[in-house]
Amino acid sequence: MSDAMQSATERLLAPGGLDERSVLATLSTIMGPGIDYADLYFQYTRQESWVMDEGVVKSGDFSIEQGVGVRANSGPKTGFAYSDEIELSALTQAGKVARAIAGSGSSERAIRVQGRNVGITPLYQPEDPISSLRDDEKVSLVKDVEEAARKMDPAITQVTVSLSGSHDVILIVSSDGSIATDIRPLVRMNVSVIAERAGRRERGSYGGGGRFGYEYFLENGRAMEYARDAVRQALVNLECKEAPAGEMTVVLGSGWPGILLHEAIGHGLEGDFNRKKTSAYSGRIGEKVASDLCTVVDDGTIADRRGSLSVDDEGIPTQNTVLIENGILKGYMQDRLNARLMKMQPTGNGRRESFSHLPMPRMTNTYMLSGKHDPEEILASVDKGVYAINFNGGQVDITSGQFVFSASEAYMIENGKKTYPIKGMTLIGNGPDVLTRVSMLGNDMALDTGVGVCGKDGQSVPVGVGQPTMRIDGLTVGGASV
Amino acid sequence: MTSGTEQAPLDEVEQKLIDVAAQALECARNSGASMADVSVSQGQGLSVSVREGDLETIEHHRNKGMEIRVFIDGCSGNTSSSDFTEKEIQASVQSACNIARYTEKDEYNGLAEPEFMATEFLDLDLHHPWNRTLDDSIEVARRCENAALEFDRRITNTEGGALNCFDGISVYANSHGFCGVTKSSRHGISCCVISGTGDEMQRDYWYDSRRVPDELTEPEAVGRKAAERTVNRIGARKLPTGEYPVVFEAPIAQTLVSHLISAIQGAGLFKKSSFLHDRLGQRIFPEFMHVQEHPHLPRGIGSANYDGEGVATSNNTIIDEGVLTSFVLDSYTARKLGKNTTGNAGGVHNLMVSSTVDYGLEGLLETMDRGILVTELSGFGINMVTGDYSRGAFGYWVEGGQVQHPIKEFTIASNLNDIFMGIQAIGNDVLENRNIRTGSILLNKITAAGM
Repeated sequence: MSDAMQSATERLLAPGGLDERSVLATLSTIMGPGIDYADLYFQYTRQESWVMDEGVVKSGDFSIEQGVGVRANSGPKTGFAYSDEIELSALTQAGKVARAIAGSGSSERAIRVQGRNVGITPLYQPEDPISSLRDDEKVSLVKDVEEAARKMDPAITQVTVSLSGSHDVILIVSSDGSIATDIRPLVRMNVSVIAERAGRRERGSYGGGGRFGYEYFLENGRAMEYARDAVRQALVNLECKEAPAGEMTVVLGSGWPGILLHEAIGHGLEGDFNRKKTSAYSGRIGEKVASDLCTVVDDGTIADRRGSLSVDDEGIPTQNTVLIENGILKGYMQDRLNARLMKMQPTGNGRRESFSHLPMPRMTNTYMLSGKHDPEEILASVDKGVYAINFNGGQVDITSGQFVFSASEAYMIENGKKTYPIKGMTLIGNGPDVLTRVSMLGNDMALDTGVGVCGKDGQSVPVGVGQPTMRIDGLTVGGASV
Repeated sequence: MTSGTEQAPLDEVEQKLIDVAAQALECARNSGASMADVSVSQGQGLSVSVREGDLETIEHHRNKGMEIRVFIDGCSGNTSSSDFTEKEIQASVQSACNIARYTEKDEYNGLAEPEFMATEFLDLDLHHPWNRTLDDSIEVARRCENAALEFDRRITNTEGGALNCFDGISVYANSHGFCGVTKSSRHGISCCVISGTGDEMQRDYWYDSRRVPDELTEPEAVGRKAAERTVNRIGARKLPTGEYPVVFEAPIAQTLVSHLISAIQGAGLFKKSSFLHDRLGQRIFPEFMHVQEHPHLPRGIGSANYDGEGVATSNNTIIDEGVLTSFVLDSYTARKLGKNTTGNAGGVHNLMVSSTVDYGLEGLLETMDRGILVTELSGFGINMVTGDYSRGAFGYWVEGGQVQHPIKEFTIASNLNDIFMGIQAIGNDVLENRNIRTGSILLNKITAAGM
């Protein structure tokens, strides 16, 4: 038994008097006539957060959650129940409820499930970030950053620094016999500031994180970088003018603007929407959906990244899935249910917010590969347009393909030069259309700093995005100035 | 099929939650907390969905949680857990106290003042658990979807029909001796269908949500409404960029009111980081605008006898003749501002925007004559510091007071100060039983960016 397997069973099964054998036996009773697949998802999560506001560490939160989710699939149907008590009677009861999805036929003949451990190469250390620093060290980290941000410019009037971490222990037992464990650390730090000058107020915000301990923020002065970037952004925004309205050339910076790919492309390539043919990309594998320059992947295997997982929430190791290659649509992201119904292979994209939620196809780290242009050349190529480098978030209607994403830091480009900053605004377009307009790609592919949260059907999961500097010939810019 | 797990009788659950809350408070006192409060809740739910007439998912929900907050000499710590055992309650209180050791003294910290605690508990009639069998529940979702599929042959695909039911008990108690029990339920029917094929696909949805199962709109009516909205979207075109008058259809008009509420509550006020932080007592809407909070409506979605700190709720006037008459405060923000709490820890309770005309959407379109009807908004382009507003939209082009054709892929942008002052009329097409109730809103102008 691997170390991770041992610590997961000790944490999740032993306290309620369960072991591998009794868990497999329960799963066997769920399997039976009409049930194609079933799984048990055991989870223990500790989380904490610290917030410093108005110069004092005002609050701290700590929470523990644990439980088990039981799911049974019968054709396209799913039965689901969960319990926050991890012990045999709760498990049996949840199993009974979940397997009722197959109809009234009872399981006279249970199928015996044999266990086999899934070989997993961990992509991150199984450490508990919450104990990676002492509480007084966390507090002084937050304080140092707050104090530094406040001193960076006399215009800064408010600083809020938050630090949070979680330790997630997971054990997934599936009816195909696979048993998988994962121990997932996740940390996040954020600095947000308000700058005020001549009666005008603006905000700036920056942060990062990933699957490691808090010491990451101390390395290479990273936390201080977040503070500098937040302050810089707020000061830039103090100078900003109205954004233009209408269709124009848009240059997106590298890194976090990759949220474009997440909204415009990614969601539309999730298996559930394509099985139901409700996506604007349904049935379009092999078609050209982007300019030749564009290759887009979803890669859950990058070490330590926020969007990475050693194994997905259905016990399948994550992989690097090519979504678009040189402009041609190559593949979808799949969980077990949709892969089975579409007769495809799962791609390690089955994810769930917690044991009390059902898994579905979700992204991990979605990014576009580098092109060959110097980013400066790309700006120089634009006579008049908008250059957006930071974003709040985005949203998509996967059926019509209409997507939006909202810039929080952007500039005008005039005669090939970045000129004055403009107010935050929404960019809007159509998924299957937007990438066909990509005319130049930078050689500067970067992933975001580890801040993404994706919401789907009310479930939130951490994700990553990335892209090189990108020129799009014609995207609607939603400013207020006609 | 059997329906869900067996539950202990309600009174037993209630007593158990009260006991857990009392234990936590006792434990906090013994650990040196000068003040503490605790929220404990337990609930159960059922979600079923049907697609193309076939059952798709059955989800049984059982939620349970406890949140503890302790104050030690002006320092505070919070913990939450789902384990109600004595050992875990103690451990939770301990870790809250540990956190408080590392947070710093904040003289404004603490519970709401004891004189504001609720003492009257009206029967708000909020608790009506779902009362049908699982098979009947599936049938509700099926009828809803089926009505949508049969509504129009241009409905080409479906995301399905769904039924969601929830009921639970929550207890809030604090070291002033306050202990409140709320039993409530909420049930919803929804449907989402698709029209068109290929590049021309459009989807829309409709839902209804109620405290009482028997008050839910007929599932067929919800399905037909979803289908009608979806079919109406066929043939959407782009819009030329320009400045236009605009009508926000009632279901999304409430977002403008929710932006108002976000701007007049919480840290943005004392940190001066809300665009409305210094506007109390000033006119921010036209004179005909009135917004009131009515927390005690029987069976109301937002109804409550007390807020998240045990403070008695009361009818509040937020906007009177266009003037901002009250912020929306919890006790901490109130103390920071030198004011009294308004009983809004956790949010507002049944906000009513008065209609200004005795007609609904059609009349507003006639009044507007030429412009945009917005029926859907997307994205996060709202800056609460400046009030700058820019969102993605879907809607309809209106000319001669009549809808001409659907419009897609455009944004609308302005500043919330200008949007609020630019309101021309509020229709009487108020959607019942939402926490913010308003009719459709006509606005003088907004910048729309399209082609």
